[in-house]
Amino acid sequence: MYAQMIKSTGEGVKSLDDMEPDERAFQERINAGGKIEPKDWMPEGYRKNLIRQIGQHAHSEIVGQLPEGNWITRAPTLERKAILLAKVQDEAGHGLYLYCAAETLGVTRDQLTRDLLSGKMKYSSIFNYPTLTWADMGAVGWLVDGAAIMNQVPLQRTSYGPYARAMVRICKEESFHQRQGFDIMMKMAKGTEAQRKMAQDALNRFWYPSLMMFGPSDAESVHSAQSMAWKIKMNSNDELRQKFVDQTAPQAEYLGLTIPDENLKFNEETGHYEFSEPDWDEFFDVLKGNGPCNTERLEDRNRAWNEGRWVREGLLAHAEKKRKTAIAAE
Amino acid sequence: MSSPESSPYSDTDAAPHGKARATEWPLWEIFIRGQHGLSHRHVGSLHAADAESAIKNARDVYTRRNEGVSIWAVPASAIAASSPEEKGALYEPANDKVYRHPTFFDIPDEVGAM
Repeated sequence: MYAQMIKSTGEGVKSLDDMEPDERAFQERINAGGKIEPKDWMPEGYRKNLIRQIGQHAHSEIVGQLPEGNWITRAPTLERKAILLAKVQDEAGHGLYLYCAAETLGVTRDQLTRDLLSGKMKYSSIFNYPTLTWADMGAVGWLVDGAAIMNQVPLQRTSYGPYARAMVRICKEESFHQRQGFDIMMKMAKGTEAQRKMAQDALNRFWYPSLMMFGPSDAESVHSAQSMAWKIKMNSNDELRQKFVDQTAPQAEYLGLTIPDENLKFNEETGHYEFSEPDWDEFFDVLKGNGPCNTERLEDRNRAWNEGRWVREGLLAHAEKKRKTAIAAE
Repeated sequence: MSSPESSPYSDTDAAPHGKARATEWPLWEIFIRGQHGLSHRHVGSLHAADAESAIKNARDVYTRRNEGVSIWAVPASAIAASSPEEKGALYEPANDKVYRHPTFFDIPDEVGAM
């Protein structure tokens, strides 16, 4: 998802009876559907796991602006340009809501940023794929934001209060993103033959990377088991991926486009679609830094950070000067 | 989004030139009043060099869809918050005063709405 392969304590889930009183009270509160707030006692593992997860999620929102930013100056109409600009601005906002949530756990935003820029922290694998044509703006909104929504809607009920509140805001805005993507796809799929081909090509390239967003099966993962016990992960990766395919396959049919999977078929008995797994070797390779755009994305973020330095320092110096002048005038 | 009780920083850390965050803009908590007469409500936090830019940033981060008509920006370091350990001492005294709720009193039906 926007947070992939998040490591937990790795120790497996403790039973209530094995917990110290503080931890037991904490876990019982979560089991009862209660929220954990910043100043409440929490296990160190919960705090660290959340910082990794929320941080990676925030980084994904920020880096996720790049593939779409690529098309702002080349949008086909002024209206599409204004819409795309608003969407990319939302992604920046989502990143900021999430950094704020992470900051309540005692890490600073600058520290998280440094960890992104140095490559120590990751962002979602999906943003390491290039956006080659305008149809990719449609595919990203429809598939990538669609996949993100699958994960983000249940996270509105996550146990950590500030994270849950950030997700509520994000989900409200995310549905605009998916709809604007589908709108682009509709226009192109029902347009000229060249446009239809472009839409099909975008679907071909983004289908499997979108399935990868959910991460490999975590049915056996101790990390996921712990995260689910803490309610910072609400569904298994396979469960969300299935839900995504079930929702998306009929939409592709409506568009008259073909999902690039010979094995895709609806199973009347289960009521679900059967589909092929993505190439997990490719997924791990992209996570390691070998995707088509990893280097470019990190270079872009580093350049933005370095070239913005004088602005950050200048505004701070100006604020300090104003403060001193105000004190002197009193 | 953080909440008022969220600022884990000491006063010096959040100050413009605190050592720990020498180059980071201070943290502000943002409150927004919507259009329908309700009071300002905490919506989250952000970083800004000063109050003026905190309000401008809050406009961009928290009111992109007409969420409000008035913004308050408060330095996070200026907020005093109750701590979870005090919960009992602070709120329990209200528990045994059920007569503060109107439903405590039975008013006969023939009296009408009250």
